[in-house]
Amino acid sequence: MTSAGSGLTVWQSCALSLLVFTGASQFALVGALAAGGNPLTAAAGAFFLGVRNAFYGLRLSQVLALPRAVRPLAAQWVIDETAAVSLAQPGRRAARIGFTVTGVSLYVLWNLTTLLGALGAEAIGDTDAWGLDAAGPAVFLALLAPMLRTGTERVVAGLAVVLGLGLLPVVPAGVPVLVAALAAPAVLYLKGRRRDEERA
Amino acid sequence: MGVWVAILATAVGCYAVKLAGLLVPDGALERPVVRRLAALLPVALLAALTAQQTFADGHALVLDARAAGLAAAAVALVLRAPFLIVVAAAVVVTAGVRALGG
Repeated sequence: MTSAGSGLTVWQSCALSLLVFTGASQFALVGALAAGGNPLTAAAGAFFLGVRNAFYGLRLSQVLALPRAVRPLAAQWVIDETAAVSLAQPGRRAARIGFTVTGVSLYVLWNLTTLLGALGAEAIGDTDAWGLDAAGPAVFLALLAPMLRTGTERVVAGLAVVLGLGLLPVVPAGVPVLVAALAAPAVLYLKGRRRDEERA
Repeated sequence: MGVWVAILATAVGCYAVKLAGLLVPDGALERPVVRRLAALLPVALLAALTAQQTFADGHALVLDARAAGLAAAAVALVLRAPFLIVVAAAVVVTAGVRALGG
């Protein structure tokens, strides 16, 4: 729905959901393209958001113990939701069932809603008049909110907002978000140094 | 054309990291620093994206109906509303403020 509102065709919206299938990256890509960003800068931002899936994969490969041949197929379903469900199961069998059921149902639902949303947005026409351009940031905020557990996360988020907005007028579209990502290593580094000083 | 390049690049990249997680031997990326960084990167990216898509108009910073919509989403989140209600709140409030000429 939001992607069609940002000028993607129905086909492009569906390809995005079928091939990328990790929500935050999709919304990020669409947002960056809509803002007039370079396609590769936009893809880089979306890619960095997807990196967390590698860490789900690490935990999942221990829990699920999948045969090598199945792994390339299972990989597409390694996302926030399947990881959360599988890792919460008591045994290997339950985890495998949880992973498969969550993966299949989310994949089907996500792609169906994308198709309906894209067709619907095309029918509506001017999506901005309906406030649909606010859906993107609301999705990001909803994904972000549960992550802000400790002071460290809040400092990173605050610094990222300042960098992302502050650089906006001066550098090409898409770049501020990539620079804002540096808030994460910067805060980690400063925290590490402070701990070392306390120890010294 | 550029859109397709971006879609394919993102698809390949995102699939590669998902698969990498499943294939990498145990322990290779288990260092605490790497784990902390992987947890914090999405925080930074999502925060920056939220702010930009709310206050950016091209290269300019603006305060318009989207800010009211995001505030509504924040209130819904504080009230522990489900995901779709949060997004709906943002959309409805933004459309409402715009209809009133905001």
